[in-house]
Amino acid sequence: MATRDLTIGFMPLVDACLPILAQVHGFAEEEGLRLKFIRDVSWATVLDRLLYGHSDAAHMLAPLAIATTLGLGRPAQKMAAPFVLGLNGNGITLRTDLAAAVCPPGVFGDPRAVGAALKLEVARALAQGQRLRFGVVHRYSSHNYKLRYWLAASGIRPDVDVEIVTVAPPFVADALASGEIDGACVGEPWNSLSVERNVGTMVLASAQIWRRGVEKVLAMTEATLDAKREETEALIRAMRKAGRHFVDPANWEQNAAILARPEFIGADPVLVRRAISDRLVLAHGMAPVHFADFMFQYSEAANFPWVSQAAWLYSQMVRWNHATFDAADVARAAGVFRPDVYRSAIISTGDDLPAANSKVEGSVSQLTQVGTQQGSITLSANSFFDGRSFDPDRIADYLAHDS
Amino acid sequence: MKIAIVDESAARASIIEEGLAQLDDREVFILTDRHGLLARIQEIAPDVVLIDLGNPSRDVLEEYFAVSRALARPIAMFVDESDDDAIAASIDAGVSAYVVDGLSAGRIRPLLDLAVRRFNAFARLQTDLAEAQGKLAERESIDKAKRILMDSKRLSEPQAYAELRKKAMSSNRRIADIAEALITAHDLLEGN
Repeated sequence: MATRDLTIGFMPLVDACLPILAQVHGFAEEEGLRLKFIRDVSWATVLDRLLYGHSDAAHMLAPLAIATTLGLGRPAQKMAAPFVLGLNGNGITLRTDLAAAVCPPGVFGDPRAVGAALKLEVARALAQGQRLRFGVVHRYSSHNYKLRYWLAASGIRPDVDVEIVTVAPPFVADALASGEIDGACVGEPWNSLSVERNVGTMVLASAQIWRRGVEKVLAMTEATLDAKREETEALIRAMRKAGRHFVDPANWEQNAAILARPEFIGADPVLVRRAISDRLVLAHGMAPVHFADFMFQYSEAANFPWVSQAAWLYSQMVRWNHATFDAADVARAAGVFRPDVYRSAIISTGDDLPAANSKVEGSVSQLTQVGTQQGSITLSANSFFDGRSFDPDRIADYLAHDS
Repeated sequence: MKIAIVDESAARASIIEEGLAQLDDREVFILTDRHGLLARIQEIAPDVVLIDLGNPSRDVLEEYFAVSRALARPIAMFVDESDDDAIAASIDAGVSAYVVDGLSAGRIRPLLDLAVRRFNAFARLQTDLAEAQGKLAERESIDKAKRILMDSKRLSEPQAYAELRKKAMSSNRRIADIAEALITAHDLLEGN
């Protein structure tokens, strides 16, 4: 079989792991692929390279792929996400003194309790004529939407009581140190770096806000997907193998060393290993805390692109006035996620495939066996911290609750 | 027309600025500092913003532009789809452009073309420089390797060079690579 090349764009974050490990460990080669990588430091550039053919596929924020399809901020270009690179994996890190006021340092707080305590701090700042400022990695990011979801459910109004600004992940620690921001929602290893530099304390994992929230996707233009369908399906199979390797504790050390290399993340392997192993140090000098599923890259068909997850992201774009509600846009947004491609890639391998393409998000509160096309899938709790659930067929009702 | 060039490389920014001097009716601002970038942009109120693709502030800037749609002079990405070739050329060169709403494509196009040419020129300069530095380093290695051969095998300088060259040809490698290998081997044997 001839080897075919695919070029993958990525940002230096731990959740770019699957395509990288697929190449380094030879899983791509087993599928007849050779992957090349382009590392960038802004999502705008990762996206430009996709749109103008410098790359075939990219590690991308799921909401950015949707925003691009809907034409928010630039002319609409149809994007496709046939594979979810992972669920969650982000943290909320606050300025050290602010963190100490809302949560005992060194342990993950309870999102309700931390939210209630933060509300008091926000009020205190407002009384002094100041608005606390939070950094997120991009306007169209799950970081932004999960942070806003948590703040709003805690009675803190984003854009009114607090300000939310964009900060590039590698500069979050600097921004905390300089007082530019009071807190941030960012992926790893950038929370850990802030802790290491003692400029911030991690108080929550994004998984505590939505236990099974979608994070990065493998994004392509629809045109490239159509033109390179076989290669894409081969890549999906290679990344499933990489995922199995990634979650095996026997490989943590080795994978942390690989991902930490300058051509990939360019960070201390000790910090990278913390996220991989779900064992994070939350406050400077404290012992690591084990939080199961901090990152979630493989089991429970984690990489399956549920269209209901895309629909939830769209609902949040509408909620925060990034998009105007339109029934046709719901379908366009949901259509970015391509379970059909995932299925056709995986079917021959016997790997787990759910029967449905959509589910009520946040409805599983205990281990639940779900119907499958093949294999066996038991979902564990996928709840939102406030106990609400999201029915993709009833977006208008869901949004009405918040207005 | 006010043009803001956002570039952390001051050298490249000035090369672009120099190129833009050919345009009439332009005022150029160079922003190399990441801190306070948005405040500066707000103060300048540019018609056009040029920013290099490797700049980590792009997402910050795009967020600002998205929010600025509510302002009197909203800035958009360079989005005239009829000019997609020009955008592709600019992305290839490594620069992206953002333009105030309503500025005609006729005014943007020459500006973008100039920026692209200047970016490409800068990239060529960098390549030339890297090549020159590489050649210098190679020259030093070859000289060192020659000296090792001259000392250890009592050869003249032309003879030493001929030895290196012969080995390179027979093993289908570059003389500089043979020289490097010889230096490494020599260091190991000498215990350096």
